[in-house]
Amino acid sequence: MSMLQVKDLSIQFGGVKAVQNVSFNIDAGIVYSVIGPNGAGKTTLFNLITGVYKPTSGEITLDGEAIHGKSPNELAVRGVARTFQNLQICMNMSAIENVMVGAHLRLDRNLIKAALRFPGLKKRDRELRAEATQLMDFVGLGQYVETRADAMSYGALKRLEIARALAMKPRLIFLDEPAAGLNPKETIEVDHLVRKIADSGVTVVLVEHDMKMVMNLSDRILVLDYGKKLAEGTGEEIRKNPDVIAAYLGAHA
Amino acid sequence: MKKNVYFGLYLVIALLAVLPFVVPNSFYLDLVIRMAINAVIVLGLNLLIGFAGQISLGHAGFLGIGAYASAVLPTHFGWHPLVAMGAGAAATGLLAALVARPIFKLKGHYLAMATLGLGIIISIALRNEAQWTGGPDGMPVPTMGLFGFDLSSDKQWYWVVALLLSISVWASLNLIDSPFGRALRALHGSEVASQVVGVDVVRYKVAIFVLSAVFASLMGSVTAHYVGFVSPNFADFFHSIELVTMVVIGGMASVYGSLVGAVLLTALPQALATFEGWETVVFGAILMGSMIFLPKGLVPTLASKFGKGE
Repeated sequence: MSMLQVKDLSIQFGGVKAVQNVSFNIDAGIVYSVIGPNGAGKTTLFNLITGVYKPTSGEITLDGEAIHGKSPNELAVRGVARTFQNLQICMNMSAIENVMVGAHLRLDRNLIKAALRFPGLKKRDRELRAEATQLMDFVGLGQYVETRADAMSYGALKRLEIARALAMKPRLIFLDEPAAGLNPKETIEVDHLVRKIADSGVTVVLVEHDMKMVMNLSDRILVLDYGKKLAEGTGEEIRKNPDVIAAYLGAHA
Repeated sequence: MKKNVYFGLYLVIALLAVLPFVVPNSFYLDLVIRMAINAVIVLGLNLLIGFAGQISLGHAGFLGIGAYASAVLPTHFGWHPLVAMGAGAAATGLLAALVARPIFKLKGHYLAMATLGLGIIISIALRNEAQWTGGPDGMPVPTMGLFGFDLSSDKQWYWVVALLLSISVWASLNLIDSPFGRALRALHGSEVASQVVGVDVVRYKVAIFVLSAVFASLMGSVTAHYVGFVSPNFADFFHSIELVTMVVIGGMASVYGSLVGAVLLTALPQALATFEGWETVVFGAILMGSMIFLPKGLVPTLASKFGKGE
């Protein structure tokens, strides 16, 4: 059985049907990409699956459990992580603290114990700091550990979001345009990073406009257009699909 | 890194230990005690406003509940003052928790309005229940007895308040640099980001609101016993505003800023007394000036100027 199953998923904002009757399955351990032109409903689809929006109709199941309508923090408990197309970084915190927040659910969060500085908490915090430092190295931000988030470049913040998501130790990670706004060199680095994440056993769902990156990384691809599913298949199948060629990839594919 | 954050705490403790021996007379000792009491309240309020990014314009209401619990329960029911203080704090915590859930579904201006309304309701209730509270005239508060001896002299109160302040600073520093505190700061920085990493934002907002309300209630009780008299002014809307101003002037999301804000704004009206009748105008001008030139508050602005971080 597939890890994530989406069936007849729809959401309507007033008269706008942003996502209409979309169905697909994602198997564990693969890289699954969602492509389509701007406004096709890719980010809306992410927001639906990760609980930011509640669907108007349809079903989403994760390992057989219905998860539609659950809030983002309930999904986090189930090992679902995500990054955002328009950055959602806590600018009031340092870079490493942003990563440490990602480990929220794995920590003792008791208010009283924290205020009274119970023994063991500080030690756990130091371990966490070391772990977060490693993660920042992993995403290539080793030199930014103590930098304030508001002093970092856009490209670095994009990777900081990935590090924060990885700190959750997720089983399933949604990356919303991780290479958007990056220069070619940074894009290649993100490409390698996504590969490393997938190789570490995390199932990756990717929204990306960079076709080279999508074709290079994806095991399967879903094509959306005006909120509807246009095609789904391997990179090769998508490349050859006449509808897709006509609508998106154009002559250079 | 953040190692030297506790250095400030040692400085505060050292200062508190020396102060009573250097203050020239009882007028100044009284001023210092009131500064310290305000500092504890402002520390709690800054956790809510500065760190978690949620406004409360009704905190004087919680202060009032604590103060009146310490006045009414021992006077009319013969409760021990310590028990009354605990009961006041528990009642405040309960009330805060009850109203917080619906309140924190609101954001921005609506949250400000809701907490403002709550504070005003408490203030009106205290003013109108005259058979219990003495109405607008207020009522005397019995002396606080601790383990057989009465807390009555200013010197004794000073040490109690100094201890409470030191503990509050220590606990605040601990809290901020803990998973709980990081979650609070994260939901301030980006609510949706904190949600997707698993932070139950409403629960955290409620928790910090209740904590800061209980801080205020406890210090309301302390003030009531120390002054020996309570009046509805304790719970007044303007007092709520004054507390928020202390947070903002001292510095949002700054522990030591809370102390500076409380000290300055407690002392300022005294220092401005020479302006006779115009002191409120000068007071207002100083507040406006500091907001224009130090919008982040005193301590964070100075800290970044000298490049030390907080």
